[in-house]
Amino acid sequence: MIAFKRDKKEEEDGGGNPFQNLEKTTVLQEARTFNNTPVNPRKCAHILTKILYLLNQGEQLGTMEATEAFFAMTKLFQSRDVILRRLVYLGIKELSSLAEDVIIVTSSLTKDMTGKEDLYRAAAIRALCTITDGSMLAAIERYMKQAIVDRSPAVSSAALVSSLHLTSVSGDVARRWANEAQEALNSSNVMVQYHALGVLYQARKTDKHAVIKLVAKLMKTSPKSPYAACMLIRMAYKLLDEVDEGEELIGFIESCLRHKSEMVVYEAAHALVNLGRSGAREIGPAISVLQLFCGSPKPALRFAAVRTLNKVAMSHPAAVTACNLDLENLITDSNRSIATLAITTLLKTGAESSVDRLMKQIATFVSEISDEFKVVVVQAIRALCQKFPRKHAVLMNFLSAMLRDEGGLEYKAAIADTIIAVMEGNAEAKEAGLAHLCEFIEDCEHISLAVRILHLLGQEGPTSKQPSRYIRFIYNRVILESASVRAAAVTALARFAAACPPLLPNVLVLLSRCQLDSDDEVRDRAAYYCTILQQQNDPTMLPLVQPPALSVPSLERALRNYMQTPMEELFDISQIPPAQTIEEPAQVEVHTTIKQPRLTREESFMEKLSQIPHLAIIIRDTSLLKSSSVFELTESETEYNVKCIKHTFPEYLILQFDCINTLSDQLLEDVVVAVEPSEGYSVVCVVPCSRLPYNEPGTTYTVLKYPEDVHASVATIPTTLRFMARDCDPTTGIPDADQGYHDEYMLEDLEVTLADQVRGVGNRGFDFNTAWDTYAAKGFVKLEETFALGASVTSLEGAIQSLTGFLGLEAVERSNKVQSGAAAHNLLLSGVFRGGKEVLARARLALNGTQVTMQLSVLCQDPDVADLIVLSVG
Amino acid sequence: MGGLLSYFRNLLGNREMRILILGLDGAGKTTILYRLQVGEVVTTIPTIGFNVEQVTYKNLKFQVWDLGGQTSIRPYWRCYYSNTDAIIYVVDSADRDRIGISKDELILMLQEEELQGAILVVLANKQDMAGCLSVAEVHQALGLDALKNRTFQIFKTSATKGEGLDQAMDWLSNALQSRK
Repeated sequence: MIAFKRDKKEEEDGGGNPFQNLEKTTVLQEARTFNNTPVNPRKCAHILTKILYLLNQGEQLGTMEATEAFFAMTKLFQSRDVILRRLVYLGIKELSSLAEDVIIVTSSLTKDMTGKEDLYRAAAIRALCTITDGSMLAAIERYMKQAIVDRSPAVSSAALVSSLHLTSVSGDVARRWANEAQEALNSSNVMVQYHALGVLYQARKTDKHAVIKLVAKLMKTSPKSPYAACMLIRMAYKLLDEVDEGEELIGFIESCLRHKSEMVVYEAAHALVNLGRSGAREIGPAISVLQLFCGSPKPALRFAAVRTLNKVAMSHPAAVTACNLDLENLITDSNRSIATLAITTLLKTGAESSVDRLMKQIATFVSEISDEFKVVVVQAIRALCQKFPRKHAVLMNFLSAMLRDEGGLEYKAAIADTIIAVMEGNAEAKEAGLAHLCEFIEDCEHISLAVRILHLLGQEGPTSKQPSRYIRFIYNRVILESASVRAAAVTALARFAAACPPLLPNVLVLLSRCQLDSDDEVRDRAAYYCTILQQQNDPTMLPLVQPPALSVPSLERALRNYMQTPMEELFDISQIPPAQTIEEPAQVEVHTTIKQPRLTREESFMEKLSQIPHLAIIIRDTSLLKSSSVFELTESETEYNVKCIKHTFPEYLILQFDCINTLSDQLLEDVVVAVEPSEGYSVVCVVPCSRLPYNEPGTTYTVLKYPEDVHASVATIPTTLRFMARDCDPTTGIPDADQGYHDEYMLEDLEVTLADQVRGVGNRGFDFNTAWDTYAAKGFVKLEETFALGASVTSLEGAIQSLTGFLGLEAVERSNKVQSGAAAHNLLLSGVFRGGKEVLARARLALNGTQVTMQLSVLCQDPDVADLIVLSVG
Repeated sequence: MGGLLSYFRNLLGNREMRILILGLDGAGKTTILYRLQVGEVVTTIPTIGFNVEQVTYKNLKFQVWDLGGQTSIRPYWRCYYSNTDAIIYVVDSADRDRIGISKDELILMLQEEELQGAILVVLANKQDMAGCLSVAEVHQALGLDALKNRTFQIFKTSATKGEGLDQAMDWLSNALQSRK
């Protein structure tokens, strides 16, 4: 804003940026001046500056343009003007990636980097490294090695940093120059020492033992340069993450807390508190150091300290409590960023009693901080709500006040998210939360947020104490807002009507008014819901008010298949997999162009499988129910690497084997995975992989037909890799002339489980209990059994996780979330067994000490399937 | 104004003459350049790109461009042709195998429009090597007999021993001055 004002003022003054209205073609035209002899250094420097300015403003140069400018610029090497030469180096660096044949300046730069003019040397090294490719590296290697050990710190640093950049050109540069870097490490210059350590680390970083040795050696002498010391601390920190022991490493970091440079002290404290294994004892001294920094006169130090404390407060709130007094002082800090972090840290560590006071203090300055920090405050409040559920009233009021303030979408979305999260976690807060959100959408400029809140109202409102009070808020949107908000409001209204029969007549009136709307989508939705709601007597229609989010490409495919049948049976919608939910809250895009619907994992596999002729015939008229996760049939680091994915179709099981041959002297041909199917299974066809060269992935498929008896479908299948091996030249990969030989390789057994054959359907959008009753009434078979779960399961969460993983069913109505401290829980599961057999299951879990007992009831139209499910738990 | 100034500069012998040193790789171009500039033999490596130096010879200032002679770099010679006053073409007299290539490159270069006014000096270098071609043989092999409309002269030199370079530069200085 300030910058903008200044620009405007300058414009009026007639001054301002002399480069403001540069035009690329004009400047490039001017660059031809470079070709004139003798060179006019001042004029050329000015033109070169313009080119650099344009490039840095993001102006794009074509290859031709860049090359022409580059070659013109090379003529400037004839001038011995220092300023101009240094600008030329900059120009080379900028154009090196755009122009062709930039190696033409190699000799000139090599001369400058080895010459007498110190002002040239470091810059020439940097420019030289940007134009060097793999083939030219050898030509400059000698000079680079010399430069690394040069007496001038600037030259040495430039060479060291350039070697780091060159690792992207050739990976082993750092290793080849490590001896020189080792020498540079003894430099008395702080920067050289630091950069040398960087190169040495780069040379060793893939070899953990070498890094350990390097760190151990340097720990003894402790580098003089504070930058190098910081880097050493980071290296030690990273090692501590990877190795188990490391008392010395911790000891070293702790000793750095007494270093004379503040930078090193901070780095050490930061490392200690972030160390995953640190307990209260380890972080104690680090916290004291940070506490000291909180009182530093330097804002940067205060900021760093309070930011670190803020993070630690999450993992070790008790340790940070010791700093509360210092943090309180920082609340009034003139730097608002520090104040915000201080207060959010206090919120995390503070006691329940101090919440009210702190909230009041935040309120005094929340309007003065930037959105970014407001989001930090909101997140702190969110954490607070989880910690002190009883304080929700204070916090909710505060949040709603914040909602009413000015703020960007991101900030508002963060608040809405927090309110929603609080409502989800705390039933008491629901009414208040909904009320606040209703008030907010009355005056909400962000369409995406309004749509989201309306959706939430439609979901949560009907089950609140007084559903009718929300109707007015929602209908107001219909009258006042843009089309997408109106459409969302219509949907929300319909949900109220579906869930609360007393409201139905009134809502129907409102919806019929909506049918006169000017927007197509709104009218369509209103008409759709009116029709469904008017047939209120049929309970099976109600799920259509809130239809499950189905995957559109699958639905399309299924409908196309259905049209080819005589259409005597009803279309079975339960076959369609749900759409993939994309975890992008607050990014609900309303007004974007229509995107290609995102394919689910199954759909993308289906596409892939359909492209293989042999498989396409088999799977043409069916749909892929589920693809298992990838699992390995070989140990890692063996000769051949085979991974398997199981694709389940209603009647077939397609096994996809992704193979990699890790022997560089072998070419495999006609690779198949032979399976020995257990009873009931039959092999339908095998698609071999005709060639499997070294290190190139290849895929072979085996198609099995599922047994008639579902009980036999859960099986263990032994597998073997069979192939024709031919020896070949490791460097070229061309096989020898001779025939090759048949060989085989044992793989691990393949398990076909229940979960492979069941797809969980979590977001059906129906009321579980109603569905349960309806299905029971339809004559579904119900089986019930009580189990005591094994010793590996010691908590309700653990039980839920293993149960959903094992059965392949998915939890509905958020029943996979256990209230903390609860001793009993009801888990509601739903899914489809292959062949479109719907499965509902209810698990009553009880926790007794660390023993979980479960009563499992299963409802399914196929008694065998129900039996299988119960059996496989036992 | 500019014209007047440059007129005076010319009188004082101050205008920098632009000279290109060309030739195949390994002919001794860089050695000649630094022999002229600092009067010593420096160790050289194959030139990737170019070297440009200011050389003063008997109160005359030359701006001398030594362009790399490797096959991959020869195509870029043309980028540096404009405003050239003279070309020093260096030939390795001991390299009998490639004298033909040297001739082709020379002919190709002399056809360039931008070099029509440039004076040509051919240096039959490495005369100190045993079994090398004589000046006459080089003259013959490069087909210099057929050269028309061109001020040129051939010299036998040995850059490492410093022989012949002075004669060549004397002739070149005179030729450049008398041309004006």
